[in-house]
Formats: sequence, structure tokens, C-alpha cells
Amino acid sequence: MSAALIELAGIERVFHLGDSEVHALRCLDLRIAAGEYVAVMGPSGSGKSTLLNLLGLLDRPNAGTYRLEGRDVTTLSAEEQARVRSERIGFVFQSFHLVPRLTAAENVALPMILAGIAPAQRAQRVARTLRDYGLENRADHRPDQLSGGQRQRVAIARATIMQPAVILADEPTGNLDRATGEEVMRLLEALNGQGVTLIVVTHDGALGARARRQLLMEDGALAHDSASPDEVKDACALPT
Amino acid sequence: MRTPDLIRFARDAATGNPLRSFLLVLAMAIGVGAVVVLTALGDGARRYVLNEFSSIGSNLVIVLPGRSQTGGFNPGNAVTSTPRDLTIDDAQALLRARAVHRAAPLAVGTSEISFGGKLREVMVVGTTAEFIDVRRLALAQGRFLPAGDWRRGVSEAVIGAKVRDEMFGHESALGQLARIGDRRFRIVGVLASSGQGLGMNTDELVIVPVALAQAMFNSNTLFRILVEATGREAIEPAKAQVTEIIKQRHDGEEDVTIITQDAVLATFDRLLGTMTLAVAGIAAISLAVAGILVMNVMLVSVTQRTAEIGLLKALGATGATIRNAFLTEAAMLSVAGALLGFVLGQAGAALIRQLYPAYPAFPPDWAVLAGLGTALFTGIVFGVLPAGRAARLDPVQSLSRR
Repeated sequence: MSAALIELAGIERVFHLGDSEVHALRCLDLRIAAGEYVAVMGPSGSGKSTLLNLLGLLDRPNAGTYRLEGRDVTTLSAEEQARVRSERIGFVFQSFHLVPRLTAAENVALPMILAGIAPAQRAQRVARTLRDYGLENRADHRPDQLSGGQRQRVAIARATIMQPAVILADEPTGNLDRATGEEVMRLLEALNGQGVTLIVVTHDGALGARARRQLLMEDGALAHDSASPDEVKDACALPT
Repeated sequence: MRTPDLIRFARDAATGNPLRSFLLVLAMAIGVGAVVVLTALGDGARRYVLNEFSSIGSNLVIVLPGRSQTGGFNPGNAVTSTPRDLTIDDAQALLRARAVHRAAPLAVGTSEISFGGKLREVMVVGTTAEFIDVRRLALAQGRFLPAGDWRRGVSEAVIGAKVRDEMFGHESALGQLARIGDRRFRIVGVLASSGQGLGMNTDELVIVPVALAQAMFNSNTLFRILVEATGREAIEPAKAQVTEIIKQRHDGEEDVTIITQDAVLATFDRLLGTMTLAVAGIAAISLAVAGILVMNVMLVSVTQRTAEIGLLKALGATGATIRNAFLTEAAMLSVAGALLGFVLGQAGAALIRQLYPAYPAFPPDWAVLAGLGTALFTGIVFGVLPAGRAARLDPVQSLSRR
């Protein structure tokens, strides 16, 4: 079991709101193997978004270690973390987060631009990716000229253009109708089929049920893990 | 991020909000334009004054009797306090100096001119034929004093334009005999109206041969000797040679003061140069204001683009990349503003030259460079704070905002 893609041990994340401390994550241990399809579920405020941000290296834990591909990434500098995000992690957001002034092709190219990849190679990969997602006719359209489903397809294309090891999707269908949501989920699942680890945060039970493994979050702790249902997770539970 | 990509990204960001960018460029342009136009005005004033001064006569060295002391009391002065007078012989001796092209002695006094029952007090200048060339004066009518022996002189006089008008009115002055002091002179020429120069209004002068003027004032001293050097670079040698000759003739004593027009010009040059600098400083304040505006606008831009910054970070942008992108944008807007301001300023200076052709309103190169440089500098310096703020934004919070 040393081949775990993601390995969290004793993760704590505390937010300070005025005088009170909010434990968004507490005493979290989690292993996710490469190629898994995981749904993180739970009510709002249960810490699932915080978990996703931690996994995406957008946030740092107050305690605990996070090993990505066997490498401790919690101690990396901000620059090194940015590099890991660029090369290993793809994000898909509920509200797409496309840059409004850039065309679909430019939005897809953005991670490669930030990574400093040469324009010729960029153009080739963008063209191929747009074709894969059926967006070749929309390459020069700006986000406001695209439908919601097309926007999320652009966002997924952008998340995969750097060929990441893991894709983190935060309510990817939250702003879409059922049909387009279904279409977007099939795209993500197809990526998972190609070996990309897929972690989806959702409070939609139907969506969560599609995943091969479900994690249920409650009050910043893992309440249920479908992979090890019997394991009690409060080994280091602290009184609040 | 590659540099061309960085520049393109910053350009797209700038053009993505045209009104904001336009206002920023405009503010910067006004600042640079103000520097260019105001220094053009200041430097134009300097050039204008210098031109006017050069018209008095170039390469002029003026010899005054007596030593002007600037070093406080000198015990030597107690013994030889009376300077020797300058004489016509002294003036003639100066022509031996190699750096001297021409010399004109000057004896000055006041006397009366009368003609046809009219009487007027005038300043009488005794000099020689060289005077008109040394002082670059122009004649309106007739001719100047004839060349000849400086110690003699025919009873001929040249009068200023105002004297002519007042004494002769509509009559022709040329060839008339007028009494000046106690002698009768034939008027042979009238000076063209010119105006003030070196403290003398040539319009109110009566010019007679120097020997006759000395006789009129019963003195053999000179008021000044005007010396014209052979060229601009000969002014200093001429000054030295003149000093040497006078010293030899005055028993080894240096009892004259020699001033050059260069010294006077240099003073004015400095004075008006300082004024231009001061005006440029005032205009630079508008550049500082423009710089603060850059900061303000960029800060607003950072706030507006919080979500985008968060996204860029999620996509793998480092803080340095974000900072560079914002700095590049600020620099590009500043450059655009500076260039626009440069064009506007040059156009403004050209307009001034068009309206007042006598006024050489050209902005000096240093001011243009300083203006452009300051614009870039302020734009970038004031861009650092917003860029730094953008770089430090927390991606989680940035992304959660819509």
C-alpha cells in the first residue's frame, strides 16, 4: 500500500473567526490510491471544500502531513507548491472560473502559458484537446458566447491540458442542468477511465453514488468511508 | 511564464477594461505633456533672451577703467587708489593684440543738441567708425562716421531715431547742420530704431567722432573700450591680451576691469536654466499624481480581478508570475501614457511656436527624457504595491468570491 497517490495523516485545519476557533478539519487520515474515483460528500460546513483546497495545495494544514505521490508537499515553499499544482493537479470549479476576456482556446492554453511551454507545442495540444472535447468550433469564442455545458467542457479541457495525476472537481455540475451535468460527469469519468484520479466534492447523493468510493464528511471529520466501513475514525478525536 | 506571453497577457488585461486603461493613460499623458510643454516654455524664454543678447554684438569684450574689487580690502589699494584713465592711445594699442578683431573707444557725456530753435538734452557718444560694426547697429539713413585718424575727426554726427524725430520732424535730417554742445556738426546718418542694449538706448544717442567728444567734454579719458574678438573661442585670449597690453601701458598695474558678454550671457543662461528646472519640477508633481492614480487604479483592478488571480494560482501561477503580470500591465500603461504625453507635449510646443513665431518653444532633450523616465519610474514604483497585493492573495478566498 505504499503506492498511494494521496496520503493524509493527522490533518488539522483551524480557522479563526474573531475570538472563536473553527475546526474545519480535525484529525483526518486518508489514503487515496492512483486511479481511484472518490466522491466527497457531506452537508455544507462539514469541511469538504477545505479538504479539496488542501488536496489542491491551495491551503496549508495547521498540523499533519500530506504526501502526494510519496512526497511530503506540506513543507514545500509556495513556489514549489505552485509547480506541483501546475504539473500534477487539475481543478474543475462549480462556477467554471474561465477568464472572461480570453477565448476558449486561450483559456485552455492558460496553464501551459503559466508553465512556460513554447507556443508551437501549446497550439498543437490545445487544438487536440479542443477536438477531444468537441469544442473545435468554439475555439475563438469567449466564455460569454458559450453555453454552461460548453464552459464546463472548456474548464475540464483546461484542467487536463497539463496531463495531471489528479483532478479535483468542486460541485462540477452545480451550475448545470441535469442533461449537461450528466454529459460533464461522463467526461470526467472517461478521464478516470484513462487512469486519472478523480475526486469530486458534491452534496448531490445521486452524483456521489456514481463514484466507486464515497467519503462522508461531518464536522470536519471523516464520518464514513465506503472503502473501510468498519474502521472507527475517532482514534484521535479531541474534545471541542 | 515566457516574456512574450507575459506581455500579451498584460496587454489583454489592460484592453479588457478600456475605460480604466484610457483614464490611466490620459493621466500619465497629461503629466508628461505638462512637463514637455512647460519646459518648452521655460527653455524658450531662455533661448529668446540669449538671442536678444547676441544681437548686441557677439564676441564682445568690454574694457572699463578702474579695477572692480570683489576680494574685499586690499592694502595695495591704499597706495594706488586712483586708476589711470583709459585713453585713445590705449584703445589703439589694443588693436595690436592678435585675438582682437576690432576695437572702438567710447567717450560718453551729456550735452545739448539744437536745431531750428529746438533744444534737447542728449547723451553724446564719442567713438570711431568701428563702433557700428562692433555693436552691430544698423543705419536707417545716410552713413556712419568716416574711418580715419582717431585723434582727429570731422564735424559729422550720427543721430538716433528718436532724436531725429524730435529735432527734425518731417524735415530730412541728412546734411543739416546742428549745434551739439558748442560746436556745429553735420548730420550724416540716422541709426535704425533698435532699443535698449548694454544700458544705452541707441534711439536717443548722438554719435560724434571720439576726438571731438573729448574736446567737447574737455577730457581725454574714455568711458569704455569695446573690443571685438576674432571669434568666439578667441574671447578668452583677447581678454588676456587686452589685460597684458593695458598693464604694460599702465606701468605694470592692472587697473582695468574687463567684462565679456559671455559672462553676462552665462548669468542669464544660468538664471533662466534654473527657472526651466523649477517649472519642470512643478510639472513633475503632476507626474507624481499620475503615479498615485496608477496605484489606485491598479489596486481597484486587483480587487476586481480577485477571482482571476485565484484561478491563475490554482492553475499553477506562482506569486512572482502574478506580480510580474501586474507590474507589466502598470508599466505598459505608463509607457503608453508617457508616449501619448510626449506626442501631446510636442504638439503643444509646436502650437506655441506657430502662434508666437519669435518664441523658440522647443522642449529641451533632458526634460523630455526626464519626463518619460519619471513617468515609467512612477508607473512601475506605484505598480509594485498593487502587484504585491495581488501576489499575496489567498487563492481559496479569491476563488470563493464571484
